[in-house]
Amino acid sequence: MTPRFRHPSVLPGFGLTLGFTIGYLSLIVLIPLTMAFLRALDLSWDQFWQAVTAPRVLASYRLTFGAAFLAAAFNTVFGLIVAWVLVRYRFPGQRLVDALVDLPFALPTAVAGITLATLYSGNGWIGQYLKPLGIKVAFTPLGVIVALVFISLPFVVRTVQPVLEDLEAEVEEAAASLGASRWQIFRRVIFPAVRPALLTGFTLAFARAIGEYGSVIFIAGNLPMVSEITPLLIVGKLEQYDYGGAAALSVVMLIISFILLLLINLLQRWSRTQSGGEVAS
Amino acid sequence: MSGSAHQASVSATTTEPRFVRVALVTVALSFLTLFLFVPLAAVFYEALRKGIGVYLAAIADPYALAAIRLTLLSVAIAVPLNMVFGIAAAWAIAKFEFLGKSVLITLIDLPFAVSPVIAGMIYVLLFGAQGWLGPWLGAHDIKIIFAVPGIVLATVFVTVPFIARELIPLMQAQGTDEEEAALVLGASGWLTFWRITLPNIQWGLLYGVVLCTARAMGEFGAVSVVSGHIRGLTNTLPLHVEILYNEYQFAAAFACASLLTLLALVMLAFKALIERRALRQRHSALAMETSS
Repeated sequence: MTPRFRHPSVLPGFGLTLGFTIGYLSLIVLIPLTMAFLRALDLSWDQFWQAVTAPRVLASYRLTFGAAFLAAAFNTVFGLIVAWVLVRYRFPGQRLVDALVDLPFALPTAVAGITLATLYSGNGWIGQYLKPLGIKVAFTPLGVIVALVFISLPFVVRTVQPVLEDLEAEVEEAAASLGASRWQIFRRVIFPAVRPALLTGFTLAFARAIGEYGSVIFIAGNLPMVSEITPLLIVGKLEQYDYGGAAALSVVMLIISFILLLLINLLQRWSRTQSGGEVAS
Repeated sequence: MSGSAHQASVSATTTEPRFVRVALVTVALSFLTLFLFVPLAAVFYEALRKGIGVYLAAIADPYALAAIRLTLLSVAIAVPLNMVFGIAAAWAIAKFEFLGKSVLITLIDLPFAVSPVIAGMIYVLLFGAQGWLGPWLGAHDIKIIFAVPGIVLATVFVTVPFIARELIPLMQAQGTDEEEAALVLGASGWLTFWRITLPNIQWGLLYGVVLCTARAMGEFGAVSVVSGHIRGLTNTLPLHVEILYNEYQFAAAFACASLLTLLALVMLAFKALIERRALRQRHSALAMETSS
């Protein structure tokens, strides 16, 4: 026990608050989530396997996880630039821009969905300029990526921003006085320091994008095998009262995201020891 | 080389050449314009495109008003519930040491990792007509799925972590010294909470409430699965937007969407306003922690 809790009995309410926390969490989150797994167990192994490996389902995994990955990667690059510009430079309207970065967190996803679908349709504000170039966004996998970029935009910016703010100028000055160029300083000093935050932001964006539903269904067109995401297939199965099939797909989604997040966590731990080592040496 | 000249050359090398700075600001602003500002402007443009009359009619529509009421109702239930949960969880986690604490923190974050669609589905599996409790609920004439209780439950699920995860680090940084002092001086547990703990966490709490409210009013996926889309009864405002859009009533859909967008902007303004105070509260707690 830490020394701060020398008198653990002085503060009251431990049993009450912990009991309430666990009870509430169990009733709202844990017991209902367990139901998904139990319901999937109702299926025989063959039924389960058939439900989760049908060609249409496999295509939806590829789209869901692939588009989420690309959107998160896109946001990692541009999120770093946005965070950098917001922390390091001054320009007119900066505080307003800073506040608006959180818009995708506050804006209902359905609003984002219908707006993006309208903007990128053939005669929309943006779509009309892409059409002559032969680029179709609405009702294609590209549209799915656009929607996922929108909803996961703030994550990287908001995780990298505080790290850049806390970066001490002395380290950069030391590197500069030792003769490092600006690009070398960025690559060898700044980037290793923000890399763990960059990975955290990527993970959060990726996790959020995998499960997204509201913004995607309007712009995707939802063509089977082409632009149909896995959450939509789950909804479809529920509407046909195929509860077992819906539960099976959910279990697969939960397990795949869990494994991916675990992998990224390991990568992050590795990255943190790397950057720690570089700063120390 | 003299000291001041050396200083100048160092600061010149800790920022970028002018053209790089301009280029980076341009790239960042172009990206944000394309993905944030243009969509934001488009919502209001599409909403007002057919004139203010159509706009007002869409919002004064009885179904739209019923949807607004239902959205406000689910926010009014979900946010206070998760506020009580957040305070209780933060009290237990921040003020005491116990086994399995990190597991508990992970479990609190779980709803963030679950697709909203799956969040809605698990309640259908539990309470739906063919769910585990469906027959019993049917026999007692209790409706949860395709009814208001299901919508509230789904909203509560997706917003469980918001307030707790704001309060836990804040209260951990604040420690227990002040509460212990109050208790030693003879204050009761409740008095200590109201007079010591609550004032210390008020900005962090408010910050969590704003985030929770924004998410609760906009939730779509989870609510869509349990709602059944019964107009005037189980349609929240985001679901109403969907129905109007799918019926090609674009102006009306965007009118309702603009209402949600305005609410989102109000939440962002609120957030920016209290963010600095919440941060200051946390920083002063951290400063006290390191000085003691």
